Amino acid sequence: MIYDIIIDGKNHRLDLNRVEGRWSCLLDGLEVEVDAVLARPDVLSLRIGNRAYEVKCEQVAGEMHLWVGSARFTVEVRDPRSLRGRVRAVDDHGPKKLTAPMPGKIVRVLVSQGDDVEAGAGVLVMEAMKMQNEIKSPKKGAIQKLLVSAGAAVNAGDVLAIVE
Amino acid sequence: MFKKILIANRGEIAVRVICACHEMGIAAVAVYSDVDRASLHVRKADEAYPIGAAAASESYLNIQKILDVAACSGADAIHPGYGFLSENAKFARACADAGVKLIGPTAAAMDAMGSKTKARQVMECAGVPVVPGTSRGLESFEQAQEAAARIGYPVMLKAAAGGGGKGMRLVHAPEDLKSALEGARSEAERSFGDSEVYLEKAIINPRHIEMQILADERGNTVYLGERECSLQRRHQKVVEEAPSPIVDADMRRRMGEVAVRVAEAAGYTNAGTVEFLVDEKKNFYFLEMNTRLQVEHPVTELVTGLDLVHLQIRIADGERLPFTQDQVMIRGHAIECRIYAEDPDNNYFPSPGKITLLLAPSGPGIRSDSGMYEGWTVPMDYDPLLAKLIGYGTDREQTISRLTRALNEYFVGGIKTNIPLFRRILSDRDFRAAEIDTGFLDRLLNQKQVEAAADPREIEVAAIAAGIFAALGSAAAGAGDRAVANVSAGSKPHTASNWQTAARKEAMR
Repeated sequence: MIYDIIIDGKNHRLDLNRVEGRWSCLLDGLEVEVDAVLARPDVLSLRIGNRAYEVKCEQVAGEMHLWVGSARFTVEVRDPRSLRGRVRAVDDHGPKKLTAPMPGKIVRVLVSQGDDVEAGAGVLVMEAMKMQNEIKSPKKGAIQKLLVSAGAAVNAGDVLAIVE
Repeated sequence: MFKKILIANRGEIAVRVICACHEMGIAAVAVYSDVDRASLHVRKADEAYPIGAAAASESYLNIQKILDVAACSGADAIHPGYGFLSENAKFARACADAGVKLIGPTAAAMDAMGSKTKARQVMECAGVPVVPGTSRGLESFEQAQEAAARIGYPVMLKAAAGGGGKGMRLVHAPEDLKSALEGARSEAERSFGDSEVYLEKAIINPRHIEMQILADERGNTVYLGERECSLQRRHQKVVEEAPSPIVDADMRRRMGEVAVRVAEAAGYTNAGTVEFLVDEKKNFYFLEMNTRLQVEHPVTELVTGLDLVHLQIRIADGERLPFTQDQVMIRGHAIECRIYAEDPDNNYFPSPGKITLLLAPSGPGIRSDSGMYEGWTVPMDYDPLLAKLIGYGTDREQTISRLTRALNEYFVGGIKTNIPLFRRILSDRDFRAAEIDTGFLDRLLNQKQVEAAADPREIEVAAIAAGIFAALGSAAAGAGDRAVANVSAGSKPHTASNWQTAARKEAMR
């Protein structure tokens, strides 16, 4: 199996095969000696050469994080044979959505539709777990749309406003 | 001894109290709100009763509902934990009227300590050192002006009914006093329904050190040593330790004796904590008394070898303290980290949600008081405290190294926690040198964190692991929201057949 693995914007080509119960592994063309045991779901015990690692897998909101010790890597795994899965470059142009980072309640709305905002300016105040926090504009622009009002209960990922 | 105790709380402290009940052969009754049915304290209890909606005022703060459960379950005592009704004198009175024993002080002692100005008056009479200031509420701006000029700027305005930093204003100069007074008044009114505000000399970046006391109902009061609680964020404690690195045996005895005098002046019974501010010259001043079990009680338990919840229950049952002051020994060192569901990379935003993977540390010198489990969804309705990780060792240095080791083992997947913050604190040079005060954490958080470049070897490990997780598919997936490891980012996740899964598992042996 061949995978393209993207970590920190850098692509790593991984050729992974099982031969007689052992993994054979080519990483960016170099052979790596790998021995893996799935200790429990989401936890992999790896031996690379004689070095031992425990790798934890966390899947949150469509992103895959792998933890090696206390270092976290956001990884994307692609099958190079598939034409789908090509990710468009992220750009700052065009409208940006402001989403709720967690479930909670809207306490205050700090702007009105049409207002100009700077990048990092407060747009809304949300409350969850007895704490109030400001939701900030991801970019400089104008508030194109406000989709919530004070008092509204929202779920994680709900679109709160659009900045253009 | 009591046969059955109702725990009027949730989260890790409810679990902690249930443990003590079971150790003492007492049945434990849990209460829970609509969003807490699946919480750990309900799983651990012998009986559990729903008490209403998520909002605390509808459930955990509702005195009548809790007393109704006490009556119908036949509980003979109630443990209030901390927070919620634990320092509510009205609740204490209602328990007494209903004939249920409250495991805590009397309503009268709570009243004496509930108002900061009243507590100051009692303490001045008892000859306890208090921070210079007014011990009565300010009646006018002119009075505030006159008092501030007398004790000297900077001064601190504080709400008499206050707590948690609300209704507090630091005033550096006379021209700022008027607006600060108005601000503190209105915030106190909004937060506590009481606009009484008083004034104290501001001690800049003091240490916050508290003394644990225990009093039985037969007139015996002892102190169990201090806890250093200077590491705070937004006036909330984050790390606590015992003993304090700056308190020696003589200072401990002097502080302890003052704490005992405070408790006796208030007619205090059961477990309580006397908080002190300590200035650079190690002068200590009475700040307030907390009339409940503290979140950070485990550090005292570890260095004294006592179980405070067992003792609370025995005292409430009328027993005499089973030891004297001379028998209390401090041995070793303990440090507690409060694990919160909040995101250190995003301004400590709360982070409720489902815990997809939980690996809790253990081993020598490690205690974990936890209210969470893998697969549980952390509700958004309450305080974000998930668990407490407590390290114990021969001395401070060994305790720090044990805690650091345990923090590296600790993994909470699916939600964000402040675990990385503790790694940062524990490796900080000033913290290791015990040079800490209440301004320490703000200073640390204001430092730009140098992003360490990723270790190329770890990147390689992550890349290989990612491929293996993908190759294993659903066999490797835990409680997360994914059906299978995604092979292609844009493709629909496919569910591997059982045969494939079995074959893959086989291959992993």
